[in-house]
Amino acid sequence: MREVRFSFDDIIYRGHQGEPMAAALLRSGLLSITNSTYHGRPRGVVGLGVEEPNALIQMVTGAQESMLPATMIELVDALAARSLTGIGSLPESPDEARYDKTNRYVDTLVIGAGVAGLQAADEQLRAGREVLLIDDKPGPGGHLRDVALDLPSALRDVLTHKNITYRSRCTAVGLYDQNYVVAIERRIDNPGNSAPPGWSRIRVWHIRADRVVLAPGAFQRPLIFANNDRPGIMLSHAAATYVAVHGVRIFSRAVVATVDNQGYRDAVRLHHAGVQVQGIYDARPRAGGPSVKAARAAGIPIRFRSTVLDTASNAEGACRSITIQDLDTKETFQKDADLLAVSGGWTPIVDLATHIGIKPQWSEKHAAFLVSHSTDRLCSAGMLAGDFGGDDDPLAFFGPALDSTQARCAYIDLQRDTTLHDLRRAVGAGLQSIEHIKRYTTIGTAHDQGKTSGMLTIGALCQLIGDDQSGISGMSPADVGTLSYRPPYVPVPFAAFAGRERGQLSDPIRITPLHQWHVEAGAVFEDVGQWKRPWYFPRPGEQMEDAVRRECVAARQGVAVMDASTLGKIDIQGPDAAVFLDLIYTNMFSTLPEGQCRYGLMCKTDGIVFDDGVTTRLGKNHFLMTTTTGGAARVLAWLEEWLQTEWPDLKVYCTSVTEHIATIALVGPKSRQLLQELVTDIDLSKDAFPFMHTRFTTIDGIRVRIARISFSGELAFEINVAWSYARHVWERLWALGSAYDLTAYGTETMHVLRAEKGYIIIGQDTDGTQTPYDLNMSWIVSRKKEFIGKRSFQLPYLKATGRPQLVGLLPLNNDEIIPEGAYITVHNAQKDEYGKTRHIGYVTSSYYSPALGRAFALALVDDGLSRMGEEVAVPIGNKVLHATICDSVFIDKDNIRRDS
Amino acid sequence: MIQIPCPHCGLRNETEFHYGAEAGVAYPDPNALTDSEWTKYLYIRANPKGWLAERWVHFAGCGRWFNLWRNTITHDIGPAYLPFTTQPKSPGNFGQEGSEA
Amino acid sequence: MTNTQETLAPGTIGRRRAATLPEQPPQLWKSAKPKKAYDAIIVGGGGHGLATAYYLAKNHGLTNIAVLEKGWLAGGNIARNTTIIRSNYLWDESAAIYEHSLKLWETLEEDLGYEMFFSQRGVLTLAHSVSDVRSKRRNFYANALNGIDSEWLTSTEVKKLVPIINISPDVRYPVLGATYQPRGGIAKHDWVAWGYAKAASDLGVDIIQGTEVTGFDIRNNRVQGVFTPRGAIAADKVGLVAAGHSSLLANLAGFSIPIQSRPLQALVSPLLEQVLNTVVMSGAVHVYVSQSHKGELVMGAGTDAFNSYAQRGGFHVIEHQLAAAVELFPIFSRAQVLRTWAGIVDIAPDASPIIGLTPVESLYINTGWGTGGFKATPGSGWVMAYTMAHNTPHELNKPFALDRFVTGHLIDEHGAAGVAH
Repeated sequence: MREVRFSFDDIIYRGHQGEPMAAALLRSGLLSITNSTYHGRPRGVVGLGVEEPNALIQMVTGAQESMLPATMIELVDALAARSLTGIGSLPESPDEARYDKTNRYVDTLVIGAGVAGLQAADEQLRAGREVLLIDDKPGPGGHLRDVALDLPSALRDVLTHKNITYRSRCTAVGLYDQNYVVAIERRIDNPGNSAPPGWSRIRVWHIRADRVVLAPGAFQRPLIFANNDRPGIMLSHAAATYVAVHGVRIFSRAVVATVDNQGYRDAVRLHHAGVQVQGIYDARPRAGGPSVKAARAAGIPIRFRSTVLDTASNAEGACRSITIQDLDTKETFQKDADLLAVSGGWTPIVDLATHIGIKPQWSEKHAAFLVSHSTDRLCSAGMLAGDFGGDDDPLAFFGPALDSTQARCAYIDLQRDTTLHDLRRAVGAGLQSIEHIKRYTTIGTAHDQGKTSGMLTIGALCQLIGDDQSGISGMSPADVGTLSYRPPYVPVPFAAFAGRERGQLSDPIRITPLHQWHVEAGAVFEDVGQWKRPWYFPRPGEQMEDAVRRECVAARQGVAVMDASTLGKIDIQGPDAAVFLDLIYTNMFSTLPEGQCRYGLMCKTDGIVFDDGVTTRLGKNHFLMTTTTGGAARVLAWLEEWLQTEWPDLKVYCTSVTEHIATIALVGPKSRQLLQELVTDIDLSKDAFPFMHTRFTTIDGIRVRIARISFSGELAFEINVAWSYARHVWERLWALGSAYDLTAYGTETMHVLRAEKGYIIIGQDTDGTQTPYDLNMSWIVSRKKEFIGKRSFQLPYLKATGRPQLVGLLPLNNDEIIPEGAYITVHNAQKDEYGKTRHIGYVTSSYYSPALGRAFALALVDDGLSRMGEEVAVPIGNKVLHATICDSVFIDKDNIRRDS
Repeated sequence: MIQIPCPHCGLRNETEFHYGAEAGVAYPDPNALTDSEWTKYLYIRANPKGWLAERWVHFAGCGRWFNLWRNTITHDIGPAYLPFTTQPKSPGNFGQEGSEA
Repeated sequence: MTNTQETLAPGTIGRRRAATLPEQPPQLWKSAKPKKAYDAIIVGGGGHGLATAYYLAKNHGLTNIAVLEKGWLAGGNIARNTTIIRSNYLWDESAAIYEHSLKLWETLEEDLGYEMFFSQRGVLTLAHSVSDVRSKRRNFYANALNGIDSEWLTSTEVKKLVPIINISPDVRYPVLGATYQPRGGIAKHDWVAWGYAKAASDLGVDIIQGTEVTGFDIRNNRVQGVFTPRGAIAADKVGLVAAGHSSLLANLAGFSIPIQSRPLQALVSPLLEQVLNTVVMSGAVHVYVSQSHKGELVMGAGTDAFNSYAQRGGFHVIEHQLAAAVELFPIFSRAQVLRTWAGIVDIAPDASPIIGLTPVESLYINTGWGTGGFKATPGSGWVMAYTMAHNTPHELNKPFALDRFVTGHLIDEHGAAGVAH
């Protein structure tokens, strides 16, 4: 065993490579590791594994993880750590470690590689199944490892079977429905180390198993007595292991308090390792079996019907002497000892089973809660199932009767510093449910989730409630039930569960085929859902408002171009496509001639507008629907839901083509001229190619479809081309465009242009509460046909007066852009006695219009359409802006430019 | 992470699906209903503690809607069935009223 | 009382020692046995039910009343939520009732004579895109007109308030700004429930645990009492205040409500030194987080996707929010998940509560608080008590009547509730 040096609280210690830090510290004589969180009492190591309630440390080297039990830290050279008083710290230095995940589908998952787990794995392998075996310790064997016994060769061979995957340091932290298990694998030998480059330090396993075997073993529990928290008071199995296996030599005299035969086994181990065992104090009236015999043979004094009542400490607060009490006579006597090894009974680890709602059953015989669940899919094995090794007869005893002074230092939850006094107080306050007790006292809420304190609480509660009720000598733990355990079984760093879902990988980024061009052109981007869209294209020295103004001017006076590829596109075909669209849209689509386009609005069944877009008829039974960028998936899902679950007789076939077809919007009075240079096969003139018509043609042999659709209100051509050819077409436009001073524009300019025309943006000028009428679009509501949502327009509130309606707003101060979202009041609105001001609407879209030479806005105003010309107020902080309600179309009301 | 038995694709993780609430609520004739009846269709869906026949759509896979019985207490999954086929009996309805698995 | 850990001044990261929590009073509530009849019965012994009972007794002099809880008192959502308190909702109707609740919070510890660690440490709601900013600014302006304390912060100001937040423009969805309600905050949820329970019990209210309502005695469309495994109990008025079981109770009483019940998960970390002194919520990055007095990080996000009464959810929901949390707060990388759990939340189609009369006379309902019920505990109990006492809703809960789903006058808080909390 290689010797290593490590530092703890700035003191250098020696240890062995790979051994638990707790063992090395004990061997070095460090009994008191820290002070308790709230009472400041000295505390030392109590257990062997994750059940350790006291020795929480902060790693100073490696990943600097906090709140780790020293029992689970494997030593490496130059490791550094410090003690914690129950409160972790978060280093500000970046976490450079890598974390990842793996998904496994296995025949059988065996949780726990102790003897029972290995036997279960063996059985599964013999049945021809593939097995995943996981265990949280660095090596297999469970208790055999603790007592330094080799695995029998039959079990050792299990680990090398070709159909088994065995992972050590891999802790199952959650059991979920349908045999889904989440496990955490610490992939390097301890968290104090940095992982080799490219290695993840923690890997999360997502496991789906046909069969799960739970063989997690058990923890020992302590006993409740006065001053039961001193350093030197340990669980007997842990104490014996530290002494016998890890060479801890600091204890000269020991006392063993027990309720089962485990105490005898540990007493014998201590004895053979050279510790003078002053006596075994057994709460039971008698005991028998090989371990009792061995203790007698070793000459260890045994006294029945006795237990520990109290302890005294030395100057450092460590255990110095023990007060033993005879349970029958109540007489007491002292024994000097620096080690008090307590065997309060085995508590099988029921946590995972309870995650899935299994209720452990109390077994009086085992003095424990067991899980004897056994189905094809999930079963327990080993101690969890009640296989305690055969020769024992434990007593459900949790501690002697204590007076109120003694109760105040009789600890139940060491991390939370909660005592028997706190438990009594809870019961006295009227609480009886174990869940109430837990919340009142905070027992079980620390990092260990009550692994050693849970059963103690239940046992102590039974005694308390039993005492209070006449005629009942004691409640049984069966009446109380276990604490509820929740995933994760042990604390797990956030970063481990975040895995690789970090930074740019935290959500997919969607880009168009022109993205790189936009980047090189200096575009500033905005997130529209998952898409990156150019927001504006600033030239050197330009602020956003300069760029937007320039882009708007180009669009209205020259020619400008925008990448509209993110718009949702759905290809709809079938003999019933037209009929279907009539049901989906508020307006008629079956009457749309081939080769033409129509703007449509769609409502949900509740009559509320939820998406819009232009749909083009490409053939008798063929339409191309467009949706908003953010609504594409939602709309397609909507269409499919109706077709599949309501109208399966309609022959309609929908396909998302959002990423098949790129759309380039060429906009402005000079757009036709520019485009005609590129598109020579068709006549783009007004008579040959009217507004809202579409034509197919080719550009350099590439098939394209051009549509005269205009979201800007200018003469405009949308070029639709296959995604992978878009860049070519775009660059051809740019090559020709320099002669026209072609200008790229982004979403901000797009917003301004469409707002000048009063065109709504779903989700900006609507908020999920508008009907088409509210948007001043009664013209789009067909009177002739049935469609989804129509019925709801008849509901009282949807046809009431006073509803917010879409109108335009002109600020009195031409240059003052009213903030979007600002609320509108009547002209001289005053605060009422509650400090509130009644509002009549709010501003949905607001911009500076270069075309108008002034600011303008769109707003939803109560009864707005009846308030034309009314002057209103917009309070902004301490100021009040003023504006006039007007028509929502500001430019080219007769659409001459658009239709040209 | 429960698994949903898509009739076309088999057992898949729930994250591949969208939930559609109670199954079997047919779109009524909107013009034949009072406001009270119409809004019942709009807003009321079964919410039982126990077995529920509900809709799912495998949006990340085949894109098809289907129905299945699921127990809202235990998350046990019962038989799946396609739209417009006969609904199988509830797994809980075997002589026990309001059974909870 | 021993010293409590002070709330940090905004903008500081500190390292403080833990101090013990105040001792609980020696007697919390008397567990009563049911009488044969009461003036009123509250079905559901959670936060809202206990608050209703308290205000019925305190404000309306109705003390011959009982709270019937089928399990252990305050074991439902009141024991499982992430304790966020705020009132900066979008719609006037919502803002009014949550603000009324917040005002009650501000004197609640004094009114009940019970420490709850109510801490007005502020609530930040982050915006991560241009459209996100737009809709949150609307919320901010609405709050201003409704007299609700609301500030708009730039990302730099957010960073000043919460030094550990990552406002880098290079993250996937950068912080572009935030609304801030200084008077928002947190409280210790169990203690809130116990405070109400104790106060109600002291006023003579019978608190009855382990007693499930299995049916209603309804004659001529008027409720006369309830049936339980311990026998029938008569009552002039019955209020249904049982989140997670509202549909079942309504169905037992012969009517249906537009509610779907979903799991809502939450999690805590072990005790950590104080690094976060404000409540932070984010819709886009989908997580909300605060740090309790003891030092635990308390976190949550959205519901699981399907109906469930299991009080557990899928692990993938937890993983997503942890990834979100680490993006926003890189320092949380090594913070640990200690424990996850779930409640059952009742969700209405407009994500707003349903409070008021039912089709059955003298039977009242309070449900639909979805993922945002804790903050409403005082206000909800207060208006429910009023409604029951007067047999008519208060102005504050009139808009949340059950019949809004027939008139179409929904109060859609989906967007405004951000990550729906």
